[in-house]
Amino acid sequence: MSVTVRIPGPLRKITEGADKVQMEGEDLSQLISALEAQFPGMQERLLDDNGELRYFVNLYLNNEDIRFLDGLKTAVKSGDEISIVPAVAGGC
Amino acid sequence: MSHVLSLRCKECSREYPVEALNVCDFCFGPLEVVYDLQAIAKSTSREKIASGPNSLWRYADFLPAEYNPAIDINAGFTPLIRSRGLAERLGLDELWIKNDSVNPSYSFKDRVVAVAAAKALELGFDTIACASTGNLACAVAAVAARSGMKSYVFIPSNLEAGKILGAAIYNPTMVAIDGSYDDVNRLCSEIADSYPWAFVNINVRPFYADGSKTLGYEVAEQLGWRAPDHAVAPSASGAMFTKIYQGLKEFEATGLISHVHTKMHSAQARGCSPIASAYEEGRFVIRPVKPSSLATSLAIGNPADGYYALKVIEASGGSAVIAEENEIADGVKLLAETEGIFTEGAGGVAITGLKHLVETGKIKRDESVVVYITGNGLKTTELVADVVNPVLIEPNVEAFEAAMAARAAK
Repeated sequence: MSVTVRIPGPLRKITEGADKVQMEGEDLSQLISALEAQFPGMQERLLDDNGELRYFVNLYLNNEDIRFLDGLKTAVKSGDEISIVPAVAGGC
Repeated sequence: MSHVLSLRCKECSREYPVEALNVCDFCFGPLEVVYDLQAIAKSTSREKIASGPNSLWRYADFLPAEYNPAIDINAGFTPLIRSRGLAERLGLDELWIKNDSVNPSYSFKDRVVAVAAAKALELGFDTIACASTGNLACAVAAVAARSGMKSYVFIPSNLEAGKILGAAIYNPTMVAIDGSYDDVNRLCSEIADSYPWAFVNINVRPFYADGSKTLGYEVAEQLGWRAPDHAVAPSASGAMFTKIYQGLKEFEATGLISHVHTKMHSAQARGCSPIASAYEEGRFVIRPVKPSSLATSLAIGNPADGYYALKVIEASGGSAVIAEENEIADGVKLLAETEGIFTEGAGGVAITGLKHLVETGKIKRDESVVVYITGNGLKTTELVADVVNPVLIEPNVEAFEAAMAARAAK
């Protein structure tokens, strides 16, 4: 299951500048473990001490916020695209 | 001069230099500007502020950018009006309306963009950009026109015609996206790293957000150097709401006003109420929603500052309140009919929220209240189009008199 993961600016120090990486996994938890194996330090930036997605991190699977899907248990398939996006402000 | 010390992560307190950065690269927490409040206290005074320009730059000591005439379209220092009709209707002795709908591009966004654009020029940018629910696009495009900067504004394609036109007239590069504001925001976050632009609500957001502090300063100054008992403001991301309170607290910390006891009340519409829902359920975790609201400028389903807005509510003893969708237009009309102020849906939400707060006893008759009206109704005329119902007559006196008689008989 090769999935494309888009890396935001603040995390590119860990990926040696890469803005996209290919990862293998059955679901998002596995993908994050795979990211950690290849880029140590990634997991603690994405997940809190309880293994939950950090409050200020948004993960999108093919443009859909994973909190509207199955969270970190959301299954992925080959060709999917994951975006890691910091929360940002706007509106009032 | 600016009294900025650094940028600091609101979550893990890591310090960062004063650059175009908005996210902690360790925990992804938002960065905020840290000020030397002692130096500000020495530099500022009521007299100095009162003799300053009639714009938000009278509070320059408290802002993270130097005044720059190139970006100045005279944002801020909008009227604070003592309510008569609405106060009487709601049963309040001291109600004030902060009418920020009369800013140069007709919303409070002129404040945040003034600060963001001034900082962007300081940092060497020649282009400013934004993701917007409409009002921000108007403000960015207007300031870009004034300053000669290039501008890119990203909006949901289903915005009201008045908001699209209100931005397009300043000739920005406008990108309309087939999606919600949250989709627009995500896209902008993804591309912001790849373009050398000052995205006002992304990479220069810490400076941008602090423009909203002036909504706190101004109200305190206009009330005769005091804070109100209650403040009611609409919330989308929650940023403005938290910054109003920060503004009041900074005036307290620098000795310009005495004890701030203001209870902060956040108003949201039923169709997009992630902050108010969390408050009602006693959670500090925001659950994102898919917005479906007539108050389009509040339609942010994933509010980045929602957690901090809840903290402000808790710290101030305030609350969050929800306006039903079918009450929004009524709120707009009530303000117009009682005060002569025409606001957009967000203002209708604020007025309806205020009404509920009075009805439920959270605001009492003898307490002082400020309600923030942050956007102008002429951009969202679709919301209240049903008010147009003129008496149509032939051009002669008999026809007029007959029509008036018929009207009186109704």
